[in-house]
Amino acid sequence: MYLNSFVLTPERIQRLQEIASTSIGPLIEGAIKFTIPLAIISFIIGLTIAIFTALARISSSNILRAVARVYVSIIRGTPLLVQLFIIFYGLPTIGIIIDPFPSAVIGFSLNVGAYASEIIRAAILSIPKGQWEAAYSIGMNYSQALRKIVLPQAARVSVPPLSNSFIGLVKDTSLAAMILVAEMFRKAQEIASMNYEFLFVYSMAALIYWVICFILSIIQGRIEGRLDRFVGKSGGLS
Amino acid sequence: MISIQGLQKSFGPLEVIKNVDLEIEQGKVVVIIGPSGSGKSTLLRCLNVLETPNGGIISIDGQQLDFNKPVSKKAIAAFRRLTGMVFQSYNLFPHLTATGNVTEGLTTVKGLSKNEAGEIAEQLIVKVGLAEHKEKYPYQLSGGQQQRVAIARALAMDPKVMLFDEPTSALDPELVNEVLRVMKDLAQEGMTMAVVTHEMKFAQEVADEVIFIDDGVIVERGAPAQIFTNPQHERTKRFLSLLQ
Repeated sequence: MYLNSFVLTPERIQRLQEIASTSIGPLIEGAIKFTIPLAIISFIIGLTIAIFTALARISSSNILRAVARVYVSIIRGTPLLVQLFIIFYGLPTIGIIIDPFPSAVIGFSLNVGAYASEIIRAAILSIPKGQWEAAYSIGMNYSQALRKIVLPQAARVSVPPLSNSFIGLVKDTSLAAMILVAEMFRKAQEIASMNYEFLFVYSMAALIYWVICFILSIIQGRIEGRLDRFVGKSGGLS
Repeated sequence: MISIQGLQKSFGPLEVIKNVDLEIEQGKVVVIIGPSGSGKSTLLRCLNVLETPNGGIISIDGQQLDFNKPVSKKAIAAFRRLTGMVFQSYNLFPHLTATGNVTEGLTTVKGLSKNEAGEIAEQLIVKVGLAEHKEKYPYQLSGGQQQRVAIARALAMDPKVMLFDEPTSALDPELVNEVLRVMKDLAQEGMTMAVVTHEMKFAQEVADEVIFIDDGVIVERGAPAQIFTNPQHERTKRFLSLLQ
């Protein structure tokens, strides 16, 4: 029957409707229970790593700079899927056994940390030196100047590229299927392997990914609007 | 109030401040003039250690930093609280309102509550004549208004000395006076001030002393009347004649 899958007979339409109604539940469940939490948790941890990595990259310490640069270089220079396989399938051979979901969180967090650190580093460097000087001149120390003056401004600059990273991350979570995380794409694989409707089921999964990313880009617009309240219509910082 | 001994500052091979000594008494207004690149801004920036001197001793209000030895970051931060700095390009915090700019140091550095800080900010913003603009963001203010907020921000920290680094150089001509007026009021209240400026009229009217710097050394210093009408050094004469 699936060999005739491009012929839309009434029976076939009915079958696809049945598959849609029975598989939408598991797919959305995979998205809500795994895809979205995996993306959010990894992004929060990754952003934290990224801020410290960015600060290390611009610090005056040679050691910190070197460590940060090696980390970024390794993560950016190797495929995400390979990193996930090393964590989940590789580490057990030296006695480190981590469950699928935490393995995925570790892999994605390290990945986001490396890529986002470059975004944050550039954003911090884009804040004029006079802002640091003004902060120091009213008695702030480095960390106060950073937290109260520089990072809030850098956040505005980095929202669009970080949103890109997050949307990329949501899609990349599908790779977690390869290390047995029951996220949406793995659910789609399981469903398709039972009914052989690969095109239909994978397209449904793609549609759900797209809807999630579409919602995210709306949220991105809102955040940008909020952060833009302190700049003029020209968009430049005065 | 301020005492500088043997101050030296180099940028790489370029010696910008060459062994400068200077005393400024409490309540005095000292105007520092000189050609661009003479080291006058650097001298001012050394006073609050935005530039770290390569040598020399600076003391302000009895607190001393000896740059012939390594100086800790903590000592520098404490020392900076003695001075308030006003920059040529204002350097207001663009993500904070006028009031927020003034309260930020009070809450973050001095640990005051929002209300306490707000009251102090309110007074200072009224003092610089911006009561009706206090909730505006810097981009909504003119240059002169921004610079007055910057003065209020510096005053909020209750400094012993106010440093002004070409405070009116970036302003449109019609906005210069509103800033100078605030500075004059401060001088009359007895604030100790060091002002790098090209506003010779301000120097004549307000300064207790004018210092002419060229090539990293103090060439000549004296009362404004003396410097402007009867300069002794050839370099001072040449500089002043170029301003006419």
